[in-house]
Amino acid sequence: MATFETKNKHAHLQEDIIKYLLILAAAISILTTFGILFSILFEAIEFFKLKSFVYFFTGTEWTPGVENSQFGALPIFAGTFMITAIAMAVALPIGLGSAIYMSEYATPNARNVLKPLLEILAGIPTVVYGFFAAITVAPFIVKISAAVGIEASFNSALASGVVMGIMIIPYISSLSDDVITAVPDSLRKGSLALGMTKAETIKDIVIPSAMPGIISATLLGISKALGETMIVVMAAGLRPNLSWNILEDMTTVTVRIVDALTGDQAFNSPATLSAFALGLALFVVTLILNIVSVRLIQKFKEKYKMSSL
Amino acid sequence: MDKNSIFYDPSLKRRHFKSKLFKYFTLSSLVVSLLFLGIFLLDMVLKGSSAVQQTYIQVEVSYNQESIDNYRSIVDKKYLNLLSRAALREVPEQMQANPSLMNTKEVVWILADDQVDMYMKKYYYKIGEKDLSTLEELQKNGMVDKKFNTIFFTHGDSKTPEYSGILSAFIGTILTLAVTMLVAFPIGVATAVYLEEFSKQNWWSEFLEININNLAAIPSILFGLLGLAIYINLFGLPRSSALVGGLTLALMTLPIIVVSSRAALRSVPASIRQAGYALGLTKVQVVKDHVIPLAFPGIMTGNIIGLAHAMGETAPLIIVGMIAFIPDSPSSVMEAATVMPAQLFTWAGMPERAYIERTAAGILVLLSVLISLNSLAVYLRKKFEVKW
Repeated sequence: MATFETKNKHAHLQEDIIKYLLILAAAISILTTFGILFSILFEAIEFFKLKSFVYFFTGTEWTPGVENSQFGALPIFAGTFMITAIAMAVALPIGLGSAIYMSEYATPNARNVLKPLLEILAGIPTVVYGFFAAITVAPFIVKISAAVGIEASFNSALASGVVMGIMIIPYISSLSDDVITAVPDSLRKGSLALGMTKAETIKDIVIPSAMPGIISATLLGISKALGETMIVVMAAGLRPNLSWNILEDMTTVTVRIVDALTGDQAFNSPATLSAFALGLALFVVTLILNIVSVRLIQKFKEKYKMSSL
Repeated sequence: MDKNSIFYDPSLKRRHFKSKLFKYFTLSSLVVSLLFLGIFLLDMVLKGSSAVQQTYIQVEVSYNQESIDNYRSIVDKKYLNLLSRAALREVPEQMQANPSLMNTKEVVWILADDQVDMYMKKYYYKIGEKDLSTLEELQKNGMVDKKFNTIFFTHGDSKTPEYSGILSAFIGTILTLAVTMLVAFPIGVATAVYLEEFSKQNWWSEFLEININNLAAIPSILFGLLGLAIYINLFGLPRSSALVGGLTLALMTLPIIVVSSRAALRSVPASIRQAGYALGLTKVQVVKDHVIPLAFPGIMTGNIIGLAHAMGETAPLIIVGMIAFIPDSPSSVMEAATVMPAQLFTWAGMPERAYIERTAAGILVLLSVLISLNSLAVYLRKKFEVKW
């Protein structure tokens, strides 16, 4: 038997060491998540020790840096919501329409060209979108509104919302295209055999079957829009503004985080710590959206036995 | 179809029309999104192309002791407002480096002020009436000319727009990304190897997987908060440094590397592993000597994509202070640095018109680097792709 024995007497030990090193590396990703959670949580608790928790979510006055400062984040949440809504109003129809065209009408060759082309949009750095929004789109909107006699702000929610929508198109189209393509062909053929037109087949059979995936893509898009920073920092306003008028300037959670942390306030002043309270709200909301999104896509995968998404 | 046929459907024509309409709706949404891409790129090229050239003025320079003491006496007073101060300030240094120039006069091309540059490029400019007439006279004599803008590629940031360049931000980007990849590459690949090759299907591996998925979708700005609270406040690493920025980006890039490396490892067929075991190799030997080398091109592709992603990221770096004014290139990862996207952000916020064209030009540089990186990734994938 001796001839088959390995020369390396420590082989088992080495194997174990390597395995534990790999586990250690994998644990770093978990450490990161908890690192983010706790670093934000602890500073946010510091903030809520100084300022009211209830007023933070219900108050409408946001006046940091002054004496007797008030931190009511409602207008900030409203601005974030408005800009996200505008972005989704742009990205959802265009993204979904593109996905349907690529998966249902385009030839495989055309799809292989179109899909990467659309994904270029996702690869453009957000600071570049921000510049585009601030220098090109916002003045354009001001000019158009002035032409019809409405006054628009140079930091309008519309400008940053539309550009953010363009950025999100590929996130929606790519994932939706994957799930629509994954819907089994037998469903389409059955529907066409029953005399439905192509559009009816798509609208009544294919899309409802792919719905969990499409909702998942939408939630992912919303989460991207909520957390997007550079576009709004460069093109949206700084003023918390509770309004329905999308031509007015509005601010978002991310803008206020950047503003609070690039200011010259002391680190443990409520003005700086408020960034972490806003960050906590952002973290919780995006985490919930992501978890729901992943769950939905898993259900879809199980239903149609897809392996790679 | 015959109207009396039992298959006759009076609504058929309308339904076919609607079907066609739907097709055109989906096509038009695709066209609109590609149009956005086109308009956007065109806009950047139009805005940035003028920065390729920079205006220079030919003037007589007198080298003497007086001009060493006061750079304003280097040239005739009437040209002073037309020339770049930052460029004039360099002249005394040249004299000290080359003493033979002392007490001579020479006609040289000197960088023009940014307002003169704007005037030459037919943008909005602000030049006093007296200076404007001097400029027009110079122009008539052919002493004003636009030359290729080398300063943009050889200088760092400056408070005078005509003298500012992208070099220090470029060096900062390289240093930051070096830190990012040194950290993210080994950890990311190790995580992928563990998840694909070693872990059993249990709650731990499932937890890891969910966690990595979530990490990929956490807004990037929150990574900045982590960097600020942990690296800077807890570990006391230097603010604004490439080290802190690189470490922050490493955590962000990690999930991208893990996901793509896993896909590459998964594409290696099981027969390779079984052959290895049949020959008596241990698990580590199979993975180290056979699976990873075969999956390596795929792993590299994923890493390049992760690198390109990290290169365009701005928000977390602003939070850890990488938007400082950096005129000279940093020489170590501990020094204050800025990166290209952050530099663009700073320039975009400047009031001078000349910074706008520099921002657009910087965007074109950044985009070309990103496109080259992504093309490299596609090329590597095509070249080393193995069909099993």
